[in-house]
Amino acid sequence: MSAPLVLGIESSCDETGIGIVRGTELLANVISSSMDQHARYGGVVPEVAARAHLEAMVPAIEQALSEADVTLAELDAIAVTSGPGLAGALMVGVGAAKALAVALDKPLYAVNHLVGHVGADLIRTDLTSTDLSSTDLTRNGEPLEYPTIALLVSGGHTSLLLVRDLVSDVELLGETIDDAAGEAFDKVARLLGLPYPGGPHIDRVAVGGDPKAIRFPRGLSLPKDMEKHRYDFSFSGLKTAVARWVEREQDAGSEVPVADVAASFREAVVDVLLTKAVAACTDLGVPRLLLGGGVVANARVRELAAERCVAAGIRLRIPPLSLCTDNGAMIAALGAQLIMAGHAPSTLDFGADSTLPVTTIQV
Amino acid sequence: MLLAIDTSAGTSVAVVDREGGILAEHSSDDTRRHAEVIGTLIARSIADAGIEVADLSGVVAGMGPGPFTGLRVGIAAARAFALGAGKLIIPAVSHDAIAFGCTAPTLVATDARRREVYWSTYSGSDAAGLPIRTNGPGLVRVGELETAVDGFAGYRLLEAATVSAGALGMLAETMFANGRAFDDAFDGRPGALYLRSPDVTMSSGPKRVTS
Ligand SMILES: [Zn+2]
Repeated sequence: MSAPLVLGIESSCDETGIGIVRGTELLANVISSSMDQHARYGGVVPEVAARAHLEAMVPAIEQALSEADVTLAELDAIAVTSGPGLAGALMVGVGAAKALAVALDKPLYAVNHLVGHVGADLIRTDLTSTDLSSTDLTRNGEPLEYPTIALLVSGGHTSLLLVRDLVSDVELLGETIDDAAGEAFDKVARLLGLPYPGGPHIDRVAVGGDPKAIRFPRGLSLPKDMEKHRYDFSFSGLKTAVARWVEREQDAGSEVPVADVAASFREAVVDVLLTKAVAACTDLGVPRLLLGGGVVANARVRELAAERCVAAGIRLRIPPLSLCTDNGAMIAALGAQLIMAGHAPSTLDFGADSTLPVTTIQV
Repeated sequence: MLLAIDTSAGTSVAVVDREGGILAEHSSDDTRRHAEVIGTLIARSIADAGIEVADLSGVVAGMGPGPFTGLRVGIAAARAFALGAGKLIIPAVSHDAIAFGCTAPTLVATDARRREVYWSTYSGSDAAGLPIRTNGPGLVRVGELETAVDGFAGYRLLEAATVSAGALGMLAETMFANGRAFDDAFDGRPGALYLRSPDVTMSSGPKRVTS
């Protein structure tokens, strides 16, 4: 049997993603983002995102089919994100996926968004080097070696996973107990008068700044926190610390050294992310780390990850950036893996689960 | 023959035929489980009608008004089904399905949550049997219907907790049979009838954390 042709539907946050894969081969990756509509609110507005999904859904499917040069009738299956994510946004994708599956009489796989991020790394692309964040081109789409630690960081989630098998055994080691890392970037950007989304702007103004200029706190890193929250993250204290520091400067009438604040804040986020991820690798004797999520677009995340992993003898894998941010191809790829592993399709009665645990790979 | 889907209240799916009437209809009154039930209700309606997807000529989507989260599930499903089946998508006003068959002046009111109601008025039905919408759909606070609707006392109030996809489908069949345009209510842009802007607060700039 040839590799299954799967269409993946992703709508958990502000990107309507439709991807088509044949096994691990990428045929289309269409993303329609409502990010611009959220910019003036300083963060994703769930109702605005859900309305945008409804309008983007069918045009995105049509575009993906045309880019992949396949017809709906040729598909072997449909995969859709069931959760976690924004409930109202997820429901648009779930409703569309179910109806499409019934209309076409095709099997439907309802999958976990976070596990999808891990699956993104399996996808083979022939993307140009400018889109590749990985320094090692040959790793693109290579099979995953198990077990692997996965660090998933975006505006919606910050999770550290132990993946023993993509389709059958994923464990949550830790996650953020308050803000996601991407949210912290957005909030600090606002504080510094920078536009949304914060990540790229913090990156931009941090150029030339001294990451050691200000020692901002590393959340949940003190010995007493490490006992209970060894692999958990917290960014709300960091955000407050940055706000305090900036206000003190302003109150004293000094000009805020934006480059230093941005670089020091970014360093605090990236340091805690990688310290915990590398600790997980070391503690559990897993010399493999996989990164995913939109925050991986941040240059400093990739740079420090490469540095720390080399030092600790950990093999680092980062999917191409277009597959790190939320997309439908990763959902299709996970669906294809489930099919190739012989898993039965989902029954038609699943829902959108905004808090779907990462241990539930398929619903 | 049409597949009709409406999730402006609960979830309702039907297969209808101009001559044969409602061939199958399956509904759930649950106003919180649209995403869960939509696929099964579509599959059962088609199976019970004893037809193939290819037999359909179009898919009718109830475009609201209705609580957004659920409403979108049905519209997304109708559009995706139409795409998958290669059929026409036909947008229809959900209130029209409630008023379908009314002979006297009728005021349709449905729950909009947050202590508000959606409303539409109808003067009766035309020669083809189609409801004549004279005003709406609109949105008012609970208890203000009487002042918001002109000539309130002259209407028979029809408060509906459910919308029948069978009625919606037959409404569309009747419109089609009589050569009526489908998109009058949508200004040529058949989108969901939200009637309410997304609930958002503009960012007022960062708040101080130190006093
Ligand atoms: Zn994500």
